[in-house]
Amino acid sequence: MTEIAHGELWTAKELWTVKELFTYPNEYIYWSIQIVMYPFMTGLVAGAFVLSSLYHVFGVKQLKDMARFALVFSFALLFIAPLPIVLHLLQPFRGFYVFMTPHFTSAIAAFGVVFFAYGAIVASELWFIYRKHFVETALSLKEKHNKTPSEWVKYLIFRVLTLGAYDISEKALKTDEKAIKILAGIGIPVACFLHGYAGFIFGSVKANALWMTPLMPVIFIMSAVVSGIALCILTYIVAIEIRRFFASRKALPPGSFQSKEDTSGVDIHTIKTTSNYLLFFLILAVSLELLDLIFRGYTAVKAWDILRVVLYEKKLISLFVLQYGIGSLVPFVLLLMPRLTIKRAIVISVLVLLGVFMMRWNIVIGGQAFSLTFAGFMHYQLPIIPHNWDTFREGFFGALSIMIAPFILFWIFNKIFPVFDYKESH
Amino acid sequence: MITRRDLLKYAITGIAGLAVPTAAIQVLSSKKIFAGKGNVSNVRWIFLVNTYKCVGCGLCVKACKKENEIPYDANVTRTWIERYVITKDGKVFADSPHGGRDGFIMSKIYLGKGRYQDIKEEDISKAFFVPKLCNQCDNPPCVQVCPVGATYQTADGVVLVDRTWCIGCAYCIMACPYGARFFHPVYKVAEKCNFCYHRINKGLKPACVSACPFSAREIGNIQNSNDPIAKIIKTERVRVLKPEFGTNPMVYYIGLDKEVR
Repeated sequence: MTEIAHGELWTAKELWTVKELFTYPNEYIYWSIQIVMYPFMTGLVAGAFVLSSLYHVFGVKQLKDMARFALVFSFALLFIAPLPIVLHLLQPFRGFYVFMTPHFTSAIAAFGVVFFAYGAIVASELWFIYRKHFVETALSLKEKHNKTPSEWVKYLIFRVLTLGAYDISEKALKTDEKAIKILAGIGIPVACFLHGYAGFIFGSVKANALWMTPLMPVIFIMSAVVSGIALCILTYIVAIEIRRFFASRKALPPGSFQSKEDTSGVDIHTIKTTSNYLLFFLILAVSLELLDLIFRGYTAVKAWDILRVVLYEKKLISLFVLQYGIGSLVPFVLLLMPRLTIKRAIVISVLVLLGVFMMRWNIVIGGQAFSLTFAGFMHYQLPIIPHNWDTFREGFFGALSIMIAPFILFWIFNKIFPVFDYKESH
Repeated sequence: MITRRDLLKYAITGIAGLAVPTAAIQVLSSKKIFAGKGNVSNVRWIFLVNTYKCVGCGLCVKACKKENEIPYDANVTRTWIERYVITKDGKVFADSPHGGRDGFIMSKIYLGKGRYQDIKEEDISKAFFVPKLCNQCDNPPCVQVCPVGATYQTADGVVLVDRTWCIGCAYCIMACPYGARFFHPVYKVAEKCNFCYHRINKGLKPACVSACPFSAREIGNIQNSNDPIAKIIKTERVRVLKPEFGTNPMVYYIGLDKEVR
């Protein structure tokens, strides 16, 4: 099996790439599902962060609960964002070379710098937000006698998390707030850069007629914010509903009351405010995408002959039906309709996420659907049932693992950064 | 007890102190030292393809695959031959089955997906072969996009891949407008034609050049004014592939048609 090439495997078995008409012999779909997942996941990271900053920087009060939630979720997503690339690499164990010998003329080389800078900002912002909680938890556990082993572990974790700063006086907390605001402020351009550079990776490939446009980073940022907000709305509603479900089943000791957080459902005002921002960014994202499309058709340079076939024939379903129709137009109409309900918000979020995912798909796969010869096509078939490591990591289940991972991580992070019960000092 | 003011002071002094030796690393770059000693390369490899001489026998592809240990049956190749058939009604047909490795022994054109197109001889207005290989661009986009610097340009202009350092991200494959790059089936890293760098450095010709029975492929050194190939490029009308990408290719063609992709 070692004699079979990366692309050869896909063609010989007609698994991933099927060629049509004249293509160069070495052309295959080299960037597959994981490279679709990569900008999708980093987009969610950036989008969730921008949403949380709306409260922290611009003081949109209705988003207070959503902001904390979005920030923790963004942090969880951040750890998953590099994984699609690692799964995509043919030499995954050499992935860290990007940090060791970054070659800065390459857009990917900036990844290390931007990723760690962004990670540091989110981590420190979270620390300032949850500092009071860390100190209180650590102190209460310290005073407790006869700690169980798990409480010992918890105590040690929280003691480390305080970083030795136990001052939670009114004055200290005021300083924290200032720090949060500054960090959130710096974070917005860095988050935009994190995703704008993902757009730059594609937009700067001059060999690819579909990718090469200076609009690409901007389109990526806008759609990132759209997807981030949509995912936050969706997860926020689902998480609260799950909590309410378990709270209602919990047997209460006689004479006690359920807390307000346990029984109250999703606050529709939070969802409405968030949805307004979703609508705003959705309009921006789709306008830019349409501008790009119209401009290409109007200027009709050499590549347009084949791009037209790709966009209007080969990718008709995934572009106009799934991305623009179901993924953009339908949620747009649903958002404009009055009296938003929770159920409708869920439908909107799911459709918007589908739309943004299809946008990434159409860029990455669509960009390789035509040959560099401009005289042939390549058809990508996503491997569903994995029969070896390659068809797992760059197949349906590899992508699914990446999709699920942030939710598991979020569940773990929620133990340290309680999103729902936590009462902020400010 | 260290105060905040002291910490800042030490930090600034430390950074300033580190900046001086770091700046020296810039000054002492090996490239500049080499250039300063007058060790500028007096070799710039160029390649000349005369499409009038190519008959599409495929010997160059065979020789290349064997010389460079590219698995023979893998559908990837460092060099390949394209066949173009233009009919009297202006239609353009092109193919390169197995990169032309087995020679174009059938008149049928391969259309992909297992389909063939038969073209009657009297319908053909012109037909020709175009051998392709890495253009060893003077401004290589593949080198520009490599995130780890695993692919690089030598002083004599050839673009090489470090198999021990390539992470296999395929960005270089995406960046090449000529489709010259692919993943090596065994080593699982980016692979490309390097003008048989191991041979040309010993005074030998690349495997494909040696294998070509009709001298359709030639290699030369543009820096050497007595080089016969350099003379042809300087005195005759030659073209390069896809000049619009600004890559400045170093593979020159005689008899290139407007329909060549």
